[in-house]
Amino acid sequence: MTDATTPRPHPASPAAPVRRSLLIEDARTKRRNAAERRFRAYGVVAIGLAIAALVFLLFTIFRDGSSAFFQTYARIPVAIEAQVVDPAGNRDPAEMQKVLTMGYGKLLDNALAAYVEENGIQIEGLSERDLSTFFSAQGRADLRNAVLADPALVGTVIEAPVMTSSRVDGMFKGRVSRDSAARDAKTSVAQYELAMAMEKQGDLQTRFNWDFVTSTDSSDNRPEAAGLGVAILGSLYMMLIVLVLSLPIGVAASIYLEEFAPKNRLTDAIEVNISNLAAVPSIVFGILGLAVFVNFVGLPRSAPIVGGLVLTLLTLPTIIISTRAALKAVPPSIRDAALGVGASRMQTMFHHVLPLAMPGILTGTILGLAHALGETAPLLLIGMVAFVTTYPSAPPEGFLDPASALPVQVYNWTQRADPAFFERASGAIIVLLAFLLAMNLLAIYLRRKFERRW
Amino acid sequence: MSPFWIMIATLALAVLGYLLGRSRSIRLAGGDTRALHSRPGYHGWNVALFTALPALLLLAGARLFHAPGWVAPAALVLALAGLGLSLSRTTPQFRARNSVERVIRGVLVVCALIAIATTLAIVLSLVFESARFFQMYPWQDFFFGTEWTPSFGGGSKLGMLPLLWGTLYISLIALLVAVPIGLYAAIYMSDYASPRVRSVVKPAIEVLAGIPTIVYGLFALVTVGPLLRDWIAQPLGLGSGGSSVMTAGVVMGMMLIPFVSSLSDDIINAVPQSLRDGSLAMGSTHSETIRQVVLPAALPGIVGAILLAASRAIGETMIVVLGAGAMAKISPNPFEAMTTITVKIVGQLTGDNDFASPETLVAFALGLTLFVMTLGLNILALYIVRKYREQYE
Repeated sequence: MTDATTPRPHPASPAAPVRRSLLIEDARTKRRNAAERRFRAYGVVAIGLAIAALVFLLFTIFRDGSSAFFQTYARIPVAIEAQVVDPAGNRDPAEMQKVLTMGYGKLLDNALAAYVEENGIQIEGLSERDLSTFFSAQGRADLRNAVLADPALVGTVIEAPVMTSSRVDGMFKGRVSRDSAARDAKTSVAQYELAMAMEKQGDLQTRFNWDFVTSTDSSDNRPEAAGLGVAILGSLYMMLIVLVLSLPIGVAASIYLEEFAPKNRLTDAIEVNISNLAAVPSIVFGILGLAVFVNFVGLPRSAPIVGGLVLTLLTLPTIIISTRAALKAVPPSIRDAALGVGASRMQTMFHHVLPLAMPGILTGTILGLAHALGETAPLLLIGMVAFVTTYPSAPPEGFLDPASALPVQVYNWTQRADPAFFERASGAIIVLLAFLLAMNLLAIYLRRKFERRW
Repeated sequence: MSPFWIMIATLALAVLGYLLGRSRSIRLAGGDTRALHSRPGYHGWNVALFTALPALLLLAGARLFHAPGWVAPAALVLALAGLGLSLSRTTPQFRARNSVERVIRGVLVVCALIAIATTLAIVLSLVFESARFFQMYPWQDFFFGTEWTPSFGGGSKLGMLPLLWGTLYISLIALLVAVPIGLYAAIYMSDYASPRVRSVVKPAIEVLAGIPTIVYGLFALVTVGPLLRDWIAQPLGLGSGGSSVMTAGVVMGMMLIPFVSSLSDDIINAVPQSLRDGSLAMGSTHSETIRQVVLPAALPGIVGAILLAASRAIGETMIVVLGAGAMAKISPNPFEAMTTITVKIVGQLTGDNDFASPETLVAFALGLTLFVMTLGLNILALYIVRKYREQYE
């Protein structure tokens, strides 16, 4: 006490120069102010780096993936020769089934050869192989399906768009250049020239590719036909299961912990468990799913039901935490009023508190679902990487059918040998991000619309 | 009848039970519901719950434990019995509301117990399968072996150390990226930025947290890996592959930035304003206040946040699966491909597995190691953060 009042000479004052004005910076102040500016700049740089990383990430994904939504088709006259597709000659679809896609490939090769001749396209070194690899194997299959569906087409000349191979497709997306075509075993410079000539004639068109979103996955040698249909359906089924299970269970658990739980060991154990489960690595949940749901209960591998159950357990802690926050935000006066007019605690909860907390609960649930939608690692372990080319049937049986999921499909495509699948993987991520964006916007909308300040 | 249709039939009976219970209570009260102890709806719910719950539980149990075929139809009989019994109990004096509320409370407790059940299931499945693994493979060789060469033909070496090395090395690089950036961003946002800047920047950084890890994985594989290889690794002669510890570490660091920044933001904001005001009043600059007053006060909390981020980094899977490679080795060069515990769990458990071979079961031992490591870090971090919060409350 006395120290503060006794006047004491400043220890540095004898040596310090006499300062005339506060407005003139001495050397030490300059140094300190420079340190201040530096420190501030570090903060700006840190934020700049974080945002630059985000922008760069999104930019590369969109740059690489947007072309997956477009596909190049050729429009040339194709003669459906009767002796090839219908050797028996009786237009019986059952008999025509025997002609495999190979036969239709021949039709397309002939059509392309005829087209080259007719238009007087002269290309040095254009081999038969260049012609036969020009179209996608999917193009042959499409043609076969069209003819089998309508046998009247046999013997006519049709002009339907035919899907080109991934290399030809890549020539119009900047993925394949003249130089890279020369080095690539799956295409050639002659094929490149042919594609350019056809484009000049207006017979090659690149158009929006709905098949990428709707069709099934395809085998290694036709990346151009691979689609997301099964993956989207699988993800949808799983989200349905997660929503139906985790919302009621999460809300029930939160209500109990927030309103009814006595303060005892059991309650403490539950609380500790929830906060720890929220931080358990997701891959551990995959091990759990494999050991319990697949090996012990005997549910089929790669089924949406198993994925849905695993993701439910994974999202429950998040949903419980946000639901409890929403319940806590309802002011006690509401509870007191209801209890005061004779409602039971249950009635207070379900008739008054829960409806008022619902917007917050829904927001938390949607964000939990968005998290679950992007989760990959646990699904790998329960076998959702399987190559699935048939759509799962409608629920409830469809929950047991093998399916894929959006993020797993991305992983799957990165593991393929053909680099054309990388475009597909980035495209799939765009679809995934679009779903996430939509869910987050919905959550923000709900929060804005129903937000209440008490 | 398949279990699914039995379930539907049970639910239909429950709806019927609700209607019957409700109308019976009204009839017994002679139309004057004031004579009832509970409102008619509760009588209805009481009947419905007693019809559906025991039957559905039996059905679920039958499915879970592979019970013989006659059990499922028995559920239907149980539902009918429940319907009859609870209907006969429906009288004006019957305390239907209390009965219903007891059941609902029970359901709430069961739902809350699912958290414990999940932890228990995780621990049990990991421990049991790991025990089987250690019966086939000596634990010393697993924990201290320096060679990882699984071969399904037999004679495989399953030493964990190379995987642990890769895991820790990648996590370290990730933290070296994420902690300075996240921390400085948090400091700037809490102590310098205007509310307007903050309202734009904070959500933008948090977008990074909402992006699924598979997206980061693809980014590492397609963009960052080749970039680091062409611009740093090859010119310096350090490596020639796109997959490397550095690739995975840098991208994982990106992913952790929002994690570190939002946690430290909370913690820095929790430092009482009086400490700042005191320091500023003494004539220190803003940065001196932060460095010498705010950060030391917030240090325990920040350490907790870093530990949480470390646990997240150790358990991260997709980024390392796509970015780090699959070569198990111990090397100090960050531009070489190495592998982690999580990569090997995925590697050993995808595809067709033989659950009697040590090569598959080793994944469970790896999972147990991972679980124990992350759990330990989490508990430590939560303990530190809680201690710190109490200090200023």
